[in-house]
Amino acid sequence: MSHLTPPVSAADHHQGPLEGGLVLVEYGDFECPYCGLAYPAVKAVQRTMGAALCLVFRHFPLKSAHPHAERAAEFAEAAATIGRFWEMHDWLYEHQDSLDDASLASAARHLGLDQALIDATLRGQYAAPVNQAFRSGVRSGVNGTPCFFINGLRHDGPWDADSLLAALRRVP
Amino acid sequence: MQLSQLRGRPVVLVFYPADWSPVCGDQVALYNELLPEFEAFGAQLLGISVDGVWCHAAFAKDRGLRFPLLADFEPKGAIARQYGAYQEPEGFCQRALVVIDAAGIVRWSYVSPIGVNPGADGILSALEQLPSRASPAR
Repeated sequence: MSHLTPPVSAADHHQGPLEGGLVLVEYGDFECPYCGLAYPAVKAVQRTMGAALCLVFRHFPLKSAHPHAERAAEFAEAAATIGRFWEMHDWLYEHQDSLDDASLASAARHLGLDQALIDATLRGQYAAPVNQAFRSGVRSGVNGTPCFFINGLRHDGPWDADSLLAALRRVP
Repeated sequence: MQLSQLRGRPVVLVFYPADWSPVCGDQVALYNELLPEFEAFGAQLLGISVDGVWCHAAFAKDRGLRFPLLADFEPKGAIARQYGAYQEPEGFCQRALVVIDAAGIVRWSYVSPIGVNPGADGILSALEQLPSRASPAR
């Protein structure tokens, strides 16, 4: 159980080298307060590991619990089409209390998404990639959010920065 | 409720330690989100813990759960014991998953370490492999 499916590829949203190093995958929900807590921890891990680490983000919106999570994820996908996925990702985690459609649209506009792209996103144009990521999480054994995988294996321990660094350093 | 009432469709029994887990996206929230995936197999999902009926009702309402929670409350843990899923001396259900086919035969089970939410991948793989599903399709 609990192997990343499908494995990480160039199609994933990633920061850092895909080949040759450590790959930390986060399945996350932009409205989940625990993911909000993990956000600075992951940043700290990235700062410490530098180019030795590749961070991948996949969507796992728990929409029954978090009514804005799916739309927020769709805006991140829309931002990805103009190369601003990570800026949107960061904005979402830094503004978890303002994820209504108007706030999302306003943030998207500031990041350079045009009105047509924003309207398309509000109509659900980017639902498919979010749903695809969610389903991959289900098949990978994601058991809540945030859920981390290190080089393809689910990380079941705590996810504060020190714990994540220790787990990454244990990889043979 | 008798399991035999559900004969004719697969049943997924989800034993879990307690209602009101503080983690969001916990096991029951996850399965609630995945109900369409289970329904695609015609499967009925049932959650079971030693919490009482009123506790379950409040928990289900608070989390918007759309599948039944069964109370293994009196005699406490009797159902869990039958499946070897009762944890003593703590006195709660282990995180055990059981997939039962449409004929009422246990086809797959898994006990996760108590602190580890098992996710849903094992359940879905087990449902895919049920013989009752495989034979008419081929």
